Amino acid sequence: MKKVKSLVLAGLLAFAPALALNGPVFAQNETAAAPAAELATPVDADPRSSDPGAPADSADANVANAASAPVETVAAPPRMKPTEGIGMPRPGEITLQEQFTSTGHTARWLHDKMLLPLITIISVFVAILMVYVMIRYRRSANPVPSKTSHNTAIEVIWTVAPVLILLAVAVPSIGLLADQYKPAPKDALTVKVTGYQWYWGYEYPDNGIPEFVSNMLPEDKAKANGEPYLLAPDNRLILPVGRPIKLIITGADVIHSFAVPSLWVKMDAVPGRLNEKSFTIEKPGVYYGQCSELCGARHGFMPIAIEALPPAQFHQWVRSQGGTLKGAEAEKTAQAAPANTAQKI
Amino acid sequence: MTTITADHYDDHAHDHHDADHKPAFFQRWFMSTNHKDIGTLYLIFAIFAGVVGGAISGLMRVELREPGIQYLQTWANFQHSLLGVEPATLDQAYHLWNALITAHGLIMVFFMVMPAIIGGFGNWFVPIMIGAPDMAFPRMNNISFWLLVPAFLLLLGSAFVPGGTGYGAGTGWTVYAPLSTSGSAGPAVDMAILSLHISGASSILGAINFITTILNMRAPGMTLHKMPLFVWSVLVTAFLLLLALPVLAAAITMLLTDRNFGTTFYDAAGGGDPELYQHLFWFFGHPEVYIMILPGFGIVSQIISTFSRKPVFGYLGMAYAMVAIGVVGFVVWAHHMFTTGMSVNVKMYFTAATMVIAVPTGVKIFSWIATIWGGSISYKTPMVWALGFIFLFTVGGVTGVVLANGGVDDVLHDTYYVVAHFHYVLSLGAVFALFAGFYYWFPKMSGKMYNEFLGHLHFWVFFIGVNLLFFPMHFLGLSGMPRRYPDYPEAFAKWNGVATHGYEIMALGVLIFFVNIFWSLIAGRKAEGNPWGEGATTLEWTLSSPPPFHQFETLPVIEETAHH
Repeated sequence: MKKVKSLVLAGLLAFAPALALNGPVFAQNETAAAPAAELATPVDADPRSSDPGAPADSADANVANAASAPVETVAAPPRMKPTEGIGMPRPGEITLQEQFTSTGHTARWLHDKMLLPLITIISVFVAILMVYVMIRYRRSANPVPSKTSHNTAIEVIWTVAPVLILLAVAVPSIGLLADQYKPAPKDALTVKVTGYQWYWGYEYPDNGIPEFVSNMLPEDKAKANGEPYLLAPDNRLILPVGRPIKLIITGADVIHSFAVPSLWVKMDAVPGRLNEKSFTIEKPGVYYGQCSELCGARHGFMPIAIEALPPAQFHQWVRSQGGTLKGAEAEKTAQAAPANTAQKI
Repeated sequence: MTTITADHYDDHAHDHHDADHKPAFFQRWFMSTNHKDIGTLYLIFAIFAGVVGGAISGLMRVELREPGIQYLQTWANFQHSLLGVEPATLDQAYHLWNALITAHGLIMVFFMVMPAIIGGFGNWFVPIMIGAPDMAFPRMNNISFWLLVPAFLLLLGSAFVPGGTGYGAGTGWTVYAPLSTSGSAGPAVDMAILSLHISGASSILGAINFITTILNMRAPGMTLHKMPLFVWSVLVTAFLLLLALPVLAAAITMLLTDRNFGTTFYDAAGGGDPELYQHLFWFFGHPEVYIMILPGFGIVSQIISTFSRKPVFGYLGMAYAMVAIGVVGFVVWAHHMFTTGMSVNVKMYFTAATMVIAVPTGVKIFSWIATIWGGSISYKTPMVWALGFIFLFTVGGVTGVVLANGGVDDVLHDTYYVVAHFHYVLSLGAVFALFAGFYYWFPKMSGKMYNEFLGHLHFWVFFIGVNLLFFPMHFLGLSGMPRRYPDYPEAFAKWNGVATHGYEIMALGVLIFFVNIFWSLIAGRKAEGNPWGEGATTLEWTLSSPPPFHQFETLPVIEETAHH
C-alpha cells in the first residue's frame, strides 16, 4: 500500500517541473481577448470593420486589413446594434429573459404560468400552516399536548395530492422536451460550433464558409461599440431569421457549453461528441450568451453573440464571406476563401 | 411511543465508577476509541473546516460585490508571494477563482457537512439512542476520523502547487474530465483526487461502522420500528454512503490513471468518453446530496417532537419516506446532465423520476407540521432553528421541482438558479439542521447550557443573512447569470450587491454563534440530564450531562407502551 502511494506521489511530482517550464506559455498579462485575437483577425478584416457605425472590433484589425485583405466584391451588412434589454439580461431583472424561439415561448409559459405560481402557492401554503401552528399551539395557548400521532386519511391525502400535482406538471413538461427534440427539417441551415479554451469557432459547411473564431471584446472596445462588456465578442454568429437552424456543437479541448438564454439554447460542447440543437429565430436582433460549463481560467470570458438577420441580409453576409448559396439565390459566389485558410485551427 | 425503564441504570450510579475513568490527554484525544470523544473530534474538525470554507465563500462574495475584478489579482499575487514566484498573471488570477470555488465546494461537502452531521452527531448519539455502550468497531471509528485530517491537508496543500493555468485545483467540486485531466497539468488536481479518495475511505469505514452498530447493537426491546428517527436517518445515510462512494472512488481513480498513466477512460481520442465521468460522478453525487440532508431530517424530527411535547406524527411514514428518498435518489442522477446532449427518452425518464422525489419529501414536511399540530410548543433555540429548516427546505425543495423539468433546465442549468437551489437545501437546509442539532445537544455534550438569548439572536441574524444572500441568486439565475464566474455584466450588479450584503449579515450571525459557544463553555449554567422536559424521550436524556465516559454498562430495556 505504502509502496503504491509513493509510486503515485513520485508520478505526481514528475509533473511539477514540466509545469514550471510551461509557465511562460500562459503568462499573458494582456486583456483576455488578446491571445486568440490574431487568429480571429483574417475574418475580421471584412468590410464591417471599416463601417463607420461599428468601430474596429478586433485588436489588430488594421494590421490584418493590410496583411490579408480578401478580395471581396460584396460588402457585409453593417454590424447590428443590440437593443437594450433584448437578448441580454436587464439590470435588476427578476425573471427569465424575453424569448425569441417557439421552444422558448413554450418553456417560458411552463415556467411563468405553471411552475412559478405552483411553487409560490406551495411555499406560501407551508408558511401559512407553519405560522398557524406556531401561534395556535404555543405552550401558553395550549399547555396540554394532544397525543395524536396517526391519521391515515390525512397521510393518504398528502401523499396522493402531490402525485396528482406532479402529474399535472409532467404532461406539459414532457411535451416541452418532445418539442425541443423535434429534428430540424431538411432545409435547415447547419452551422458547426466549436468551443475552445477560451473562444468559440463557427463554421458554415452548407455555405462553404470555413471556421472563423469569436473572442471577447475588451472593455473599451465593447463600450465604444455600445455593447455590454463580457457579453460582446468581436465576431458574431450570423444566422438567418425565420429559417430553421441546426447547430452542431462540439468541444476542441475541454467541455464548454453553448448557451443563449433568450433563444432557450444551452448545449454542452463535448470533445469527441457532436451535439445537435435546432431552433428558429423569430425576430432580427442580437442575442447574447455566455459559456456555461466550467472550462478553465477564462471560462467567464468567452461570450457568445448571435446576430439574426433577415434572409436577404444573411445572404449578403454569406457572400461577403466568400460563401456560396444553395438553391434559390445562388449567384456568382466570387472568389472562394483562399485567404481565409489561415485561420483554421 | 416507548418508555424506558430506568431501574437498570441511573446517571448517578456512574459517577464514582470505572465507567467514568478517562484516559490521559494524548491517549484520550489522539488514540480515542470512545464514540463520544470521536464525535467531539469530528465536530471540532467540522467547525474548523466550516470556518475555512466559509471564509473562502466570503472572498468570493467580496469579489462579486461589484462588476469588474477588484481583489482577485491581489489575492493571486499574495498566493504567489507565499510561494516565492513572480506575481500572478491575469489568467492565473482567474485560475485562483476556479481554485476558490473548487475548494469551497469540496470543503463544505466533504469536510464540513458530512463530518459534522454523520461523524459528529452520528457518533455521539446513534449508540446512545439505541442503548449501546459504544460503536461496533471503536478502533475503526478512530481511523475514520484521523483519515480526514490528511485528506483535508492534501486539499489545502493543493492550493500551493501548480494546477494548470495557475496554482491549485480549478476544476470545480465535480472535477469534470477533460478539464481535470488534460486541462489541468500539475499535481494540484492529483492532490485533490487523493484527498477525495482518503475522505471517501474514511466515510466508507464510518458507514460500515454505523450499519453494524445499528443492526447488531440495539438494546433489548429496541426494535427497528422503535428506533428514533435520527437513527433511522443515519442508517439510510450509511447505506447510501456504502453504495455511492465506491462509484466515486472508481471514477476518480480512472481520472488519476488518465492523468498519469496514459489511460483514456474519459478521452474520446482513445475510445473513452468524457460523459462517462459525469455519469459515474453523479451516480455518486446525487445520493451524496441526500447523504448530507437525511441526517438533518432525523435531527429535525427529534427536535420538533421534543419541543412540541408530542411523538412524531406518522413515525413509520417518516422512516420509510427516508428509505424511499434514499432508493429513488439512486436513479435520478442524470438530471445533473440535462444539457450534455442525452437522448429525448432518457431526458424524459430523468425528468419524471426526479419529480417523484418530491412526494416522500412532501410527506416529511407535512408530517413535521402535523407533529407540531396539537402540540405544546416551547420556543427554545433548537426548535426555532428546526422551524427555520422546515420552511427554507420547502423553498429549496420547490425550486428543485422547477429544475427537475429537463426542458426548463435547458436555460437554468449551470446558472445561479441552481446555486440558489442547492444552497437553500444545503446551506439553509443541512446547515440549519446542524445548528439546530448543535443547540439541541450542546447541553448534553458539554454539560453546560448555551445562552438562550444569543441562540435566538444567532438564528435571526443568520436567517436574515442567508436569505438576503441566496434568494437574489434565483433572480440572477433566471435572468441568465452563469455559475463559476469571477466577473459579470453590469446588468447583474444589483442582486450580486444584495447577496454580498447578505453574506456580511450571515457572517455576523456566525460570530454570535462562536461568542455563544465560548461564553457557554466558560460561564454557562450547568445542564441537567434532561434540560428539555417531558418531550425529550430518547435515551440520551436519561443520562447525565455530559454522559459518563462509558454509558450503558448494563443495557437499558425498552418496553412497549400501550398507544404505539
